[in-house]
Formats: sequence, structure tokens, C-alpha cells
Amino acid sequence: MSIPVSTLTIPQIQDGLRNKQFSAVELAEAALHFAGEENPKTNAYLHLCHERALKQAHRVDEQLAQGADPGPLAGVPVAVKDVIVTKGVRTTCASRLLEHYIPPYDATAIQRLEAAGGVILGKTNCDEFAMGSSNENSAFGPVRNPVALDRVPGGSSGGSAAVVAQGTAVVSLGSDTGGSVRQPASFCGVVGVTPTYGRVSRYGLVAFASSLDHIGPFGRTVEDTATLLEVIAGRDPMDSTSADAPVPSYKAAMTGDLRGLRIGIPKEYFAGLAAETGNVIHAAIDKLRALGCEIQDVSMPNTEHAISTYYIICTAEASSNLARYDGVRYTTRSQEPGGLIDMYRNSRGEGFGPECKRRIMLGTYVLSHGYYDAYYLKAQRVRNLITQDFRKAFEQVDALVTPVSPFPAFKLGEKTADPLQMYLSDIYTITGSLAGIPCMSVPCGNTPDGLPVGMQILTRHFDEAGMFRVAHAFEQASR
Amino acid sequence: MKITEKEVRYVADLANLRLTPEEIGRMVHDLDEILSHMDRLNEVDTTSVEPMAQVLYDAEETATLRADAERTPLSNQDALANAAVSGQGYYKVPRVIER
Repeated sequence: MSIPVSTLTIPQIQDGLRNKQFSAVELAEAALHFAGEENPKTNAYLHLCHERALKQAHRVDEQLAQGADPGPLAGVPVAVKDVIVTKGVRTTCASRLLEHYIPPYDATAIQRLEAAGGVILGKTNCDEFAMGSSNENSAFGPVRNPVALDRVPGGSSGGSAAVVAQGTAVVSLGSDTGGSVRQPASFCGVVGVTPTYGRVSRYGLVAFASSLDHIGPFGRTVEDTATLLEVIAGRDPMDSTSADAPVPSYKAAMTGDLRGLRIGIPKEYFAGLAAETGNVIHAAIDKLRALGCEIQDVSMPNTEHAISTYYIICTAEASSNLARYDGVRYTTRSQEPGGLIDMYRNSRGEGFGPECKRRIMLGTYVLSHGYYDAYYLKAQRVRNLITQDFRKAFEQVDALVTPVSPFPAFKLGEKTADPLQMYLSDIYTITGSLAGIPCMSVPCGNTPDGLPVGMQILTRHFDEAGMFRVAHAFEQASR
Repeated sequence: MKITEKEVRYVADLANLRLTPEEIGRMVHDLDEILSHMDRLNEVDTTSVEPMAQVLYDAEETATLRADAERTPLSNQDALANAAVSGQGYYKVPRVIER
């Protein structure tokens, strides 16, 4: 029989394995074959890892044959953004600089998802070092949106969103620093989750901005996405910022009942919104009201300062984190003649793409003598104010609902000429990142042109369960 | 102008980043536009607001400590496997000290 790899959900895979409709190896082979055939359309995978996938699938089949439980992701084909290290499997961060880098260890999230039976099919394309909002900053070519091939999939985790939308993976891992999971999820019409900062270990996530970086899952359903998060979440001694907070059963929270839940609508998130997106979001809010939610207006007065705050902090942290790429430890060195300092400068100048250079420069500038207080310290203070906005809002409501992006997926090349305009498009997602609260994008409809629109749901620190409760009930009501 | 070509060259040196003349011209334009936008942060009153270096939530004081147990470190061979140039168990770099 042929396996419908492009539409399978995790519960369907578990049923299929249990009822012997297919084995994990048959599923992995079918998924790898389909991914290999379909990938040229989107360029979403940078490389597939057949050997590792089939070895893991064999292990799952053996466990099943022995009557053991391989775990909640048994046999599930997973794709992983190429900024998360995989032992023995090339991890490039979509950069020329790391084109040949083979990590000597697995990220904690990778260890956990394989221990739960997940089968990693391959590594996905993204913006170089996760810096971008359109996936056009990859050294290995842009990703195309599977919904509309002349449009971007969003970024920076564009590949991880695209493979799930395209059906070449069932779920995937991305990373989110200022919206890099939620925005591509909204552009591609899939579910994407940024958990609480510290919920998922960053060990093995190549660092961009350490106080803002998150690993986050994508899926075609809320339940699949929550299942993957539950597997990778929890304290890890290898990441001192990973939180020692219990991880509840997210499925138990998906009751379908939203009666009496207080949902806040921050008015600042509706200025500058494209009408085609706004109409879909307003209809979604009406649907939440019909499900019994109490909809309230709230105000988040510091929202307008979030872009500057975010781009000062993230570039400052990036300029430090990217200092390690010096032509010594990570595979690629300039062949230009010269001494040690020349070698550093030439290797970095040749290796980094334009957006990484811009952010290294901006970050170095805001941290440099005479500007540190005016930019970096000031931004850290405003970050505190933005966080307080959320704290105050959550005294009145249980969740916030906003758009994810001011507009739907745009055409390739449409916004590359103006970096500031590209930064400004991150306005609705970066606030939650700065506060470190859980946020997600759930598909909520299409524009008249058929482009997907995502609704963002935000809750208190560590209340992913509350967020999934809203997303799941909304998803069920939308079917 | 928020930033001059001279400052861009100075910052590029701080960042150990070689930029071509075209890249420097583009960088002056882009950074000037972005920094001008960022200047609006000065409108925000942050008197007596603490800088926030890390996401804050309630946790015990010892939340970040792990058991001080022995672990096998990365082997010398594994650590050097991705070196641009290595030899004799070390990373090799261009000569730093002239005799």
C-alpha cells in the first residue's frame, strides 16, 4: 500500500504502526522518497539524512516487535532547522562559514526527540544564522512558500514551516528569537510554537541572541505540535537557563471548552495592519467570542518601542556570539595571505552574508565605548517596561490574541532592498520574545488571494497549556 | 548623519570584519537609517527602571545549579575535527611572533 505521508498526523502514525498498516522503516522510506521528489519545488530541506533516519526507524520497529513502547513520537518523520546541531550530520546554519561543519554532539532537543522514537529525515533551510524574516538570507538559496511558490515562506525558520505545509515532514523543529517560528507558521498556514524562555534547553542550538533564543516546534495540528513540545521540554543540566518547572500533559488541557476564558485584545497590535489580514483576525476573534470567551480590550503602551529595543539587544548579543567564527575552529578559513588579524578579518568578511554583517556591525556599534549606555542599557530598561506591560495585561486576562504579521506572505525579492522595513514587519512577534512568554501562531483563515493568516496567542510564563487550550478549541471550531 | 564612513571602518575593525568599499558605503546608509529609528527610544522615560538582561520569572535561588559530577569531556580528536588547520593536537594559526 502507499502511505499518505503528506497528510499523516502523529495519532494516525501511532495507529498505523500498532495495527501493522506500515512499519517505521516503510514510513521512513516513503517519507524520504517523497521529500526527495518534492523538495526541488521549495528548497526547504538543505540535506536529507537517509542513514540516520533508517537506523532510527529500525530501532523503533525492533522495540515494537519486542512489545516495548518506543515513545510518543514512535516512527514520526521530523525535520530539524539547520541551526540545531546533529552529531555526524552536517549543520550549516545556512552559512558558507559552516558549509562543512560536522558537529561532534547532539542538541538536547535532538536527543530527546530521538529517545521518544522520532525519526529525523533531514535538516531544513533558514536565514543565515537565523537572521531574517523571509528566508532570503540563506547562503544556499531562498525557500519558496509551498502555498504560493512565488512568495516567501517567512523566516527565519522558513524551511521548517515549509516542509510541514508541503507534507515532506509531519512535524519539525525551528528556532525563534523574535518571531522566527510564528511568522513562517502564519505565512505557510501551519501551527508554530515559541515556548516560554527556558522551557526547552538551548544546548546545541547555535547561539544568535542568547537571552532571546528559543527552540520551537511546528505541526499541521495543535495536538501534534504540543506533543513534540512536551517531548523536548524540561530542565537540562547542560543549559543553565533551562527552567526547572514541571511539564504538564498538554493534551489534558485541550478540553475544547473556552467558556468564561478572558481574552485580551491589545489595541496597539491593530495599527498598521493590512486590511486583508485584519479582516481574517477580526473574524477569528468573533469565533472565540462565540465559543464563550470574554473578549476585553487591553493596552500595551510600550509596544511601539519594541522594534528598536529588540534590534539593539539581539544585534548586541549576536555580535558577541558570532565572534567565535574566526577561521580557526569552524572549518572555513580565508586563503588570503596575511597575519593572524588579517586571517580573522578575511575569513569573517568572506564567510558571512550581508544581513549577518549588518547585525554584527550594529551590535558592535551599540556595545562600543560611548554608546553602551545610550543604546544597549537603554534598550534593556525598555525591555523591562515591555515585560511589565504583559504582566499588567495578565492581571486582567488569561490570554492575549493578536495578529502574527502585519501582512500575509510577500513575493520573493519584494522587501530585500530595505532592511529597516523588513525589521519593522516583526513588530507583533518580538514583544512576546522580549518578555519570554509562550506564544504561538495558529492558522485562522485565508486572505481573498488564498494566502494563510496566523492568529497569535500569548499566555503567562509557563502557561503553554492555557495557550494550547485556546488554540485547540479554535482549531476544532474551524474545521 | 548618525554614523560616518570613518566610524563604520572603526567598528568593522572592532568586529574583525573585512568589508569591501561597496559594503562600507551600503553599511553607512543602512546603519544610519536604523540608528535614526532607534533614537526614538530616548522618548521613553526609564527613570528608576532596572535594565533587564535576562527573562525574569519566579524561581528558587539555586535553580541554575547542577550536580558537580565528573563527565567525560570532548576528546582532543573530536574537538579538532572541525578545525580549519590543525596539527600535533592543536589548532594552527598564522605566525604571531616573529623571531
